[in-house]
Amino acid sequence: MAEEVVLLDFWPSLFGMRSRIALAEKGIKYEYKEEDLRNKSALLLQMNPVHKKIPVLIHNGKPVCESLIQVQYIDEVWHDKAPLLPSDPYQKATGRFWADYIDKKIYDLGSRVWKTMGEEQATAKKEFIESLKLIEKELGDKPYFGGESFGYVDVAFIPFYSWFYAYEKCGNFSIEAECPKLIAWAKRCMQKESVAKSLPGQQKVYDFILQMKKHLGIE
Amino acid sequence: MAVVKLFGTWFSPYAYRVIWALKLKGISYEYIEEDIRSKSPLLLQYNPIHKKVPVLVHDGKPICESTVILQYIDEIWPQNPLLPADPYDRAVALFWIKFADDKVYLMSKLYQADGEEQRAAVKEWLEMLEVMEEHVLIGGKKFFSGDEINMVDIAFSFVAHWLGVLEDVVGLEIFEPHKFPRVSSWIQNFKSIPLIKENLPDADKMSAFSKHGREMMLASKSN
Repeated sequence: MAEEVVLLDFWPSLFGMRSRIALAEKGIKYEYKEEDLRNKSALLLQMNPVHKKIPVLIHNGKPVCESLIQVQYIDEVWHDKAPLLPSDPYQKATGRFWADYIDKKIYDLGSRVWKTMGEEQATAKKEFIESLKLIEKELGDKPYFGGESFGYVDVAFIPFYSWFYAYEKCGNFSIEAECPKLIAWAKRCMQKESVAKSLPGQQKVYDFILQMKKHLGIE
Repeated sequence: MAVVKLFGTWFSPYAYRVIWALKLKGISYEYIEEDIRSKSPLLLQYNPIHKKVPVLVHDGKPICESTVILQYIDEIWPQNPLLPADPYDRAVALFWIKFADDKVYLMSKLYQADGEEQRAAVKEWLEMLEVMEEHVLIGGKKFFSGDEINMVDIAFSFVAHWLGVLEDVVGLEIFEPHKFPRVSSWIQNFKSIPLIKENLPDADKMSAFSKHGREMMLASKSN
């Protein structure tokens, strides 16, 4: 039976990018459907009734929701090519821990950097940089978070690189100055076709953020 | 020297998730009680980033975050599996586990709230219970995945035991069994399992402890 794979997504979504990368790594042909989040499709509401959010991966008509769960699912189903999760349980646990840290800390702090102003933003910026430094420390001197090869944590984190310019402009700081090793890692990842074709341009993301700020009344 | 150590606190729902998983698999472990107001150097060494319990230490290597720990346990000791074998079923289970994990904050939200904030917290609790009733417990199953408990039931355990304590502490009835018959059945089934029944923190002790803490916290809030 032919595999039918559909991804319901929204182009600037950090979470959607993860699934795009995972699908590209495995060479899976899929249909990409852009959602208008102000006018969600009937399909999206049917496939993710609980959260009504993207991304949603639909495999042979059955939905998988939550980006990290999608990445793990893709890795398990198409296991014969480009493994993303390590086979060792302890390394897997370490990877899951950092993916969780990225979602709990880095994502929230990054959001606060572009959504707030004044003192609130200054605090968010400080904590955001601290969190980036922590994850940079975890990377160490390895080429990828997964070690010699691109893996789960790399997939989880590299989408943020497309948002770095927007964070920097909004917060008035340089991520490269604070975390040079992270930028080197990001550029290494961007050399992979699966990553380069899954991430939007940094200027395009920044323009989108400016529009969002205007819409939310943040100047 | 114990091969498996667990750092926890006596009232933590997260610690109990790990206790049940280890017992379900028949793994012996050394339990170390932490005082969260005065964390041990060992805990801070094993979990420098979050400084929280539970932490599982296996052959000297620490694993943090209860859901990460449970998946690790399930992979190292495959007997009595906590997740379905089929990748799609597993993805669905992990979705509900994440849903439960993302809702545990409602415990402290309700605990800390009064007035308008409390009404908002109660509303969120009811919305969560409705999702459980309408989406998760369908199909007349005894537990979330069938006839045996697994990681999804363990993830929702805060509803089965800790919610009752919280209701007592804040003096509100949030969970009305007749409004949530499926959730109600599930709670009864879950708490009837000997392994669960025999391994739950004492509700009265938790209630007294939490009431005192809440009084102090609300008093300092109004000052």
